[in-house]
Amino acid sequence: MSGRLRAYGALLGAQARSQAAYRASFVVDLVGNVGATLFDVVTVLVIFGVTRELGGFTLRETLVMVGLSACAFATADLLVGNVERLPAYVRTGLFDAVLLRPLGALPQLLLMDLPLRKASRAVFGLAVLLVALGRAGIDWTPGRVALALLAPLAGVLFFGSIFVATATVSFYWTESGELANSVTYGGRDFTSYPVTAFGGWFRAVFAYGMGFAFVSYQPALALLGRADPLGLPAWVGWVSPAVALVAAALAATAWRVGVRYYRSTGS
Amino acid sequence: MGSVNATVAPPTESNVILSFRTFGAIVQSGFRRYATYRQAALAGAVTNIVFGFLRCYVLLDAAGAAGVAAGYDRAQIATFVWAGQGMLAVILLWGWTDLADRIRTGDVASDLLRPVHPVTSYLATDLGRAGWACVSRLLPSVLVGPIFFDVHLPARWSTVPLFVVSATVAVVLCFGCRFLVNATAYWLQDVRGPQLLWTLGSGVLAGLYFPLPFLPDGLFMALQLATPFPSLLQIPLDVLVERDPPGVQAGLVGVQVGWAVAILALCRLVQRRAERRLVVQGG
Repeated sequence: MSGRLRAYGALLGAQARSQAAYRASFVVDLVGNVGATLFDVVTVLVIFGVTRELGGFTLRETLVMVGLSACAFATADLLVGNVERLPAYVRTGLFDAVLLRPLGALPQLLLMDLPLRKASRAVFGLAVLLVALGRAGIDWTPGRVALALLAPLAGVLFFGSIFVATATVSFYWTESGELANSVTYGGRDFTSYPVTAFGGWFRAVFAYGMGFAFVSYQPALALLGRADPLGLPAWVGWVSPAVALVAAALAATAWRVGVRYYRSTGS
Repeated sequence: MGSVNATVAPPTESNVILSFRTFGAIVQSGFRRYATYRQAALAGAVTNIVFGFLRCYVLLDAAGAAGVAAGYDRAQIATFVWAGQGMLAVILLWGWTDLADRIRTGDVASDLLRPVHPVTSYLATDLGRAGWACVSRLLPSVLVGPIFFDVHLPARWSTVPLFVVSATVAVVLCFGCRFLVNATAYWLQDVRGPQLLWTLGSGVLAGLYFPLPFLPDGLFMALQLATPFPSLLQIPLDVLVERDPPGVQAGLVGVQVGWAVAILALCRLVQRRAERRLVVQGG
């Protein structure tokens, strides 16, 4: 076990050294990655420039959702987002090499090119969340403090599961290309707004079919002490860690089934 | 006699018909090249449609009970979003690194040996690609959108041809911008930095994340005239949803044409400067 950990540590260390070798590029990447999340926040601010409420929520309330979403997505992207490269590994047959090594396939994939440049974004996401929580006028109780700590972690686990689950599609459909983005980045956009802003079956599928409502909307309701306009009971805001665990279990199953299905390109 | 290539030594007897035919052939091969990736096109179209729903719901909600946001009514917002999702793939805002990759590997040397100017041949390929994107990406978006939302259909006959012109100019302009970003590889080798700046700036300033009139009027006008970004997406979409009277619409397309000419000229200039200093490694 300790030997295995050392091996993972060596992989991570090599990555860190190689990425920091080109300092200027690394700094540009760090700054640029903040920009991506910054513009997500700017977009919300601009939209609130033409309206006072979105889905019945004010800017301050919406920013709590933006903060939860940005923090969870950016951290999951840093830790697990690399799995997006799976289609390339499957297509080129590089995945064979990964499977041949005496280490877990998924940890290897994640550590083979851990994008340390995305760390800046995770920190920025956390900053947005802290500022939003501070300005939302939340009536803090011990329970809410616990939820404020647990909800972002649950969000990271949830988005991480989404990254892994959507990547497994490429085991069956190598040319799936951007398809995974519609759920990963789409989920990020979806969780940046109150669920009530959306409508129809689209809302039902994204919010409750796939569970994105539990990343930011439901926990934000519980933190803000607001009743759900959609009529779900108040305790639903507290179950997001459980939803994240279920998502992780499903993603792990999808991964195992996918790896078992994988057939090498043979080249 | 110095170096001979397409840029510095144009043929003494230029044959216009022949060069048009060459251009057309490259456009066709560009179309065929991209049309091979049918599954990727399907996956891309699905992604555009998902984002169409996301953006459309949010912006419609912003329009609220009044039904108007920054001068767009609900139907105009729906058209703006769904046509915008399709246009995103047609102009190909993101993800083109062909030229930068060829510069890094040195393959660009074979582009310079061809009797067609590199800017011209890459543009022709890109027009072919855009043609395929119209079929595979724009069409699905504009067909699916109206099924779920009330959209604004052009009321004036002049809008449709004007939009076709506007969209075509946007493709040319976007190609020019991408060419410039890629051409920094002649000097930098690694274009991740410029690419990142382009990706960040173009998404926001072109009007993809939110319609630019959501910004204060002065800022919107300044962006529209002083930067090429709104000419990529915002202007074609404003033409399509008939935000302005015909005269203003034509004027906006004029702004686009101005930017496209300026950027293409800059592309040729940059290419010439780059060829003077380019040293291709290897044999």
